[in-house]
Amino acid sequence: MIFLVAFFLVPLLIMFAYSAMPRGEYGGVERGFTLESYQRFFVPIYLTILVRTFVVSMACTVICLVLGYPVAYAITRSGRWKNLLLFLVVLPFWTSFLVRTFAMIFLMRDTGLINTWLLKLGVINEPLTILYTPFSVMVGLVYGFLPFMILPIYASLEKLDNSLLEAAEVLGARPAARFRQVTLPLSLPGVVAGCLLVFIPALGSFLTSDLLGGAKELMIGNLVQNQFAAARNWPFGSAASFILMALVLAAVIIYLRMRDTAPAGT
Amino acid sequence: MIDQTHPVVQFAGVSKTFGDVKAVNNISFDIRRGEFFSILGPSGCGKTTTLRLLAGFEEPDEDGGEVRLLGEVVNNKRPYERQIGMVFQSYALFPHLSVERNVGFGLEQRNTPKGEIATRVRKALGMVRLAPDTFIRRMPAQLSGGQRQRVALARALVLNPAILLLDEPLGAVDLKVRKEMQLELKALNKQLGMTFVYVTHDQEEALTMSDRIAVMNNGLVAQLGTPAEIYEDPRTAFVAEFIGESNFFGGRTVRRVDGQLELVLSRGDCIRVPDSPTIRQGQDVRIAVRPEWMDVCRPAEVPSGENALPGEIRDVIYLGETMHVMVTLRDGNEVKVALRNEGQLIKPLPWKRGDTAVVAWLPEDCQILEEA
Repeated sequence: MIFLVAFFLVPLLIMFAYSAMPRGEYGGVERGFTLESYQRFFVPIYLTILVRTFVVSMACTVICLVLGYPVAYAITRSGRWKNLLLFLVVLPFWTSFLVRTFAMIFLMRDTGLINTWLLKLGVINEPLTILYTPFSVMVGLVYGFLPFMILPIYASLEKLDNSLLEAAEVLGARPAARFRQVTLPLSLPGVVAGCLLVFIPALGSFLTSDLLGGAKELMIGNLVQNQFAAARNWPFGSAASFILMALVLAAVIIYLRMRDTAPAGT
Repeated sequence: MIDQTHPVVQFAGVSKTFGDVKAVNNISFDIRRGEFFSILGPSGCGKTTTLRLLAGFEEPDEDGGEVRLLGEVVNNKRPYERQIGMVFQSYALFPHLSVERNVGFGLEQRNTPKGEIATRVRKALGMVRLAPDTFIRRMPAQLSGGQRQRVALARALVLNPAILLLDEPLGAVDLKVRKEMQLELKALNKQLGMTFVYVTHDQEEALTMSDRIAVMNNGLVAQLGTPAEIYEDPRTAFVAEFIGESNFFGGRTVRRVDGQLELVLSRGDCIRVPDSPTIRQGQDVRIAVRPEWMDVCRPAEVPSGENALPGEIRDVIYLGETMHVMVTLRDGNEVKVALRNEGQLIKPLPWKRGDTAVVAWLPEDCQILEEA
């Protein structure tokens, strides 16, 4: 509790205070109260960034779900390989995300591994432009967040009582029907957890679009980072992150409302 | 539609191996149409594997015999291709579906029209004595253990399967509900004419409900028969001990007298047992005697023609309906004798700890056991 207050609530309040104060000339803030930073956000250029951030994060979540669910499902059915496979899923966390993102650059740049091999194999005649495109950003994001999708889905599938699957089968459900009517609905909590764990950090990510996107198409995370670092506009950076936070909160609340009011079993 | 000429279920030399464990080892038996058939045994005896082979969750070994359902070999048929219903020990109700959808699940798989599903679901709930209007909208989490098991039963019955498999369905409900459900299951079996195959480790449950019982041990069928045959004529020490209680004696046959065999026990005591053509003279045999077929008397009062072994009363245990008298024999073996309680306040047992007494029983109450 104290931990939560000291490391979460207090910084949040400080940031909120900053967002409503005039900017200091060399960073920091000055005394006073103004909503200028918030007003400043609502111009097309920043709104475009906001929308782009949501679209990219949403796409990343969907791709992670599509890739992650089958993986999680396969792991639960892998018998004695289960622990090894889980270990492999978690393995990337042993290296810093920054280092891994740099590794992606070496993989995807014009003279990188992918292009070199494709050229050698004669599939292409000149290097493909992979790096510094929306595609490379998406690859980086999906790569980074995929484990956060796999693990909660795995946990909910693993918990699934095998006798429920047997009951469905004995009641005449073929594999496809059984998956649709029993496995999938019962693993939904894991799917939801995974989506939140991917979507929310994706909204705030800045490293990937910076390094793999060449800082061409900003995400809101880049904006915040720039305001704090390069532009030295702390109030605006704070305001931008609060707007993002408010939207995330709204989205989660709407989602939870929908889930609680929806009739169970549909 | 249903082939009437075959037994409903036939196991013909069926084996199932997991790793190097033979869970089911070359078992053969038939289950008749409409009977209440129990598979009884301790945990690990292969009873659950037998049921799972029948349900189709397991396949017999490569050369592991044949499982036939309604005359058809079903070794490699998936559960959804078999005409069976099953009730699981853990209920296995779908937690995300209402009672109505749970019970209707099998009908939905068969693309039954909605209206018909609704009618049949209500009828099935009625069969298991759950008021449809009260329960139809409830979720499994809102039901008691007994109610869940009734829903699980309705879910299987609604499909009107040829065979209903029950895997220790009453293991998790409390004693009172269990007794109630036992009688209801038996009544349903007769009323519907549906074949029930019931797996349990509870011998009392098996005796109460079954038409026939297969007692399993170590992957083999130790004995198959009616409850009375199993209880009163156990063939092996395992069956005699697992179903009810038994006192065991071991001895060597010395001679045949008046159609009976005389046995010498370890300390030189003699007892008589019914003659059996398979037993030679000088052969070592083991016999079992049920505690309730024995009596305790004073040395001078042994009825003639009865076996009598002297000993000392070690304990008298009051159990309400019966009294258990524990007697230590001269060879150190302990014998349990069950006496009917005729009212300890009016007519107390004349025995107390340390008294010398004789355990007596009729030779025909001895059960000669096969070497297991």
